[in-house]
Amino acid sequence: MAILIKPDTKILIQGITGSFGGRHAGLSLDYGSSVVAGVTPGKGGQFFEHNKHRVPIFDTVAEAVRQTGATASAVFVPPPFAADAILEGANAALDLVVAITEGIPVRDMIRVKRALAGNTRTRLIGPNCPGLVTPGEGKDSHGGCRIGIAPGYIHKKGSIGVVSRSGTLTYEAVWQLTSRGVGQSTCVGIGGDPVNGTSHLDVIKLFNDDPETKGIIMIGEIGGSAEEEAADWIRQHCKKPVAGFIAGATAPPGRRMGHAGAIVSGGLGTAEAKIAAFKAAGIGVAVTPSEMAETLLKMM
Amino acid sequence: MNIHEYQAKQLLARHGVAVPLEIPARSIPEARSAADQIMGSGASRVVVKSQIHAGGRGKGSFKNGFQGGVKVASSAAEATDLAQAMLGNVLVTKQTGPEGRTVQTLLIAEGAKIKREFYLAVLLDRASSRPVIMASTEGGMDIEEVAATHPHLIFREQVDPALGIMPYQARKIASALQLKGELFNAAVKLICGVYQTWWESDASMVELNPLAVVGRPDGSEALLALDAKISLDDNALFRHKDILEMRDLNEEAPLEIEASKYSLNYIKLDGSIACLVNGAGLAMATMDIIQHFGGSPANFLDVGGGASQEQVSAAFKIILSDPNVKGILVNIFGGIMDCNVIASGIVAAVLETGLKLPLVVRLEGNNVTQGRNTLAQSGVSIITAGSMADAAQKVVQAVKR
Repeated sequence: MAILIKPDTKILIQGITGSFGGRHAGLSLDYGSSVVAGVTPGKGGQFFEHNKHRVPIFDTVAEAVRQTGATASAVFVPPPFAADAILEGANAALDLVVAITEGIPVRDMIRVKRALAGNTRTRLIGPNCPGLVTPGEGKDSHGGCRIGIAPGYIHKKGSIGVVSRSGTLTYEAVWQLTSRGVGQSTCVGIGGDPVNGTSHLDVIKLFNDDPETKGIIMIGEIGGSAEEEAADWIRQHCKKPVAGFIAGATAPPGRRMGHAGAIVSGGLGTAEAKIAAFKAAGIGVAVTPSEMAETLLKMM
Repeated sequence: MNIHEYQAKQLLARHGVAVPLEIPARSIPEARSAADQIMGSGASRVVVKSQIHAGGRGKGSFKNGFQGGVKVASSAAEATDLAQAMLGNVLVTKQTGPEGRTVQTLLIAEGAKIKREFYLAVLLDRASSRPVIMASTEGGMDIEEVAATHPHLIFREQVDPALGIMPYQARKIASALQLKGELFNAAVKLICGVYQTWWESDASMVELNPLAVVGRPDGSEALLALDAKISLDDNALFRHKDILEMRDLNEEAPLEIEASKYSLNYIKLDGSIACLVNGAGLAMATMDIIQHFGGSPANFLDVGGGASQEQVSAAFKIILSDPNVKGILVNIFGGIMDCNVIASGIVAAVLETGLKLPLVVRLEGNNVTQGRNTLAQSGVSIITAGSMADAAQKVVQAVKR
């Protein structure tokens, strides 16, 4: 089952002719994912070639969807144009738009979020995120669906769901699981920006309803209150064991720690408050980031 | 990016927000002439305000012993004396840290007779992903304290970004501030202008504290933004060339400026263990685990996803220019990157900088075996580690020795 994406999900890449988008389109093809289209305005009719693959490029997302049946997109478009690209994906009625782009102005994302309010068709993941992976059954999880920039080979097909605001910390958790022989259902990076499309809680609800997912790792960081909201829901409704880690206990207040959303302001968004919310909800708290997998496995 | 009070008020004034008569001054003669001009306009007093990117200026003290970064003078001559005491001197406030900030600009303003003080701010409400206006009758105070002790005295109004602020919303806020008559109408205009400033400038926060009702010499009253603070969304500066020109590099840590030239995200802290990590979340987690095992992190440093040899080398130089650093922890999860390339970069950087401090390296990911071999065969003294916990314990031990 997995959530959001399956090994046969048809993917289009917005910004496939850029170096970043092209590189990761190639890596997704190598992983065995179905990259069926690229979109770069003005380059419609050309092809993205990678090894034996030949992916058609379209001028618009609507055209790409019509011709190829793509249902999910990865946005690698530069920050000034990314909001427009996200909304183009929603306008084309994609199921999923995954915005990888880092550095989109907050005001643009406020407008995107407003425009998507009430849209039950398209889910936005990100921006400023590593994307999603549903591992496949082949060697090093080959044959899965990889949308974004995560390393595919560290995954293993299995039953743990991972959701995180941070890319490399997600890989760390996934690697800890895989190294112990424990696989993942789907791994979702929701991104480090203050305004994002999908929250921890949205993903937790999907994992809770997914029969294949048996346990969940939730990785958060300082800033905002999304982790607290997820914890509150978990306390009341979640049927599955959840372990978590919060990064940023040592971060100085008022400073943005790399991610635009990772900031303690006005005494709110502290690691301390989030960890307390986790504990109150019965979430297993990994004392160090080295123990994320271990903490969950002890609960199962 | 943060800007100075006088720059914030320039942006606000562009959007119709009423500010006092005030003139920035960068030298004693400029301060003198500004004070003359303001006194000449009929003001009975002038205020001399130090311009630094930190709060608590009024209660701050200068390293030369002079008390107070914001002072009132009753003559231009007195204002000039105050300017003399402040300009070029280091002001320490509760927000600057003990090192303080050098005052390079003063704002010379008309001394208003304050009758009532309010708080007004626009910021992002993260929970709803919409702008929110916060207002309070308890102006001139620490708003976080008001929020903690008297939350009912803070009025909030959310703005629909598709509509922008509607006048009725400004009227609700003016009413909550208990303003009447002419002042009520002035408040509606001002509140709309403050929101416009936030939206049009791509600000992350606009804060007036205080916004005040002041008495004019002719007996009339006016609503003015007496103090203002604006911080801006760095990601949007590309479309605000005029605001980008307001950047004051004197207010930024030199090492952080240097780091930004190499697209490194560096924040200096007070500890002794430097860290070099790829990815913001992993970098924060690395700081946390150092502290967990009894050490203290000297910095946050995210080299990003790429971590080229130039970046790694620049990162080492920046880390090593902090004299408090006694040991270094490199923590790289090379998902896509080739760990061997990173290992070569680390070895090159160590040789180039002639590193003498203990260096612990934890490498994981793509082509890691080859990377570890490169480290082992380099002849450079490197302590290698398996997990993050192992790495943190080893560097804490090494620094203790």
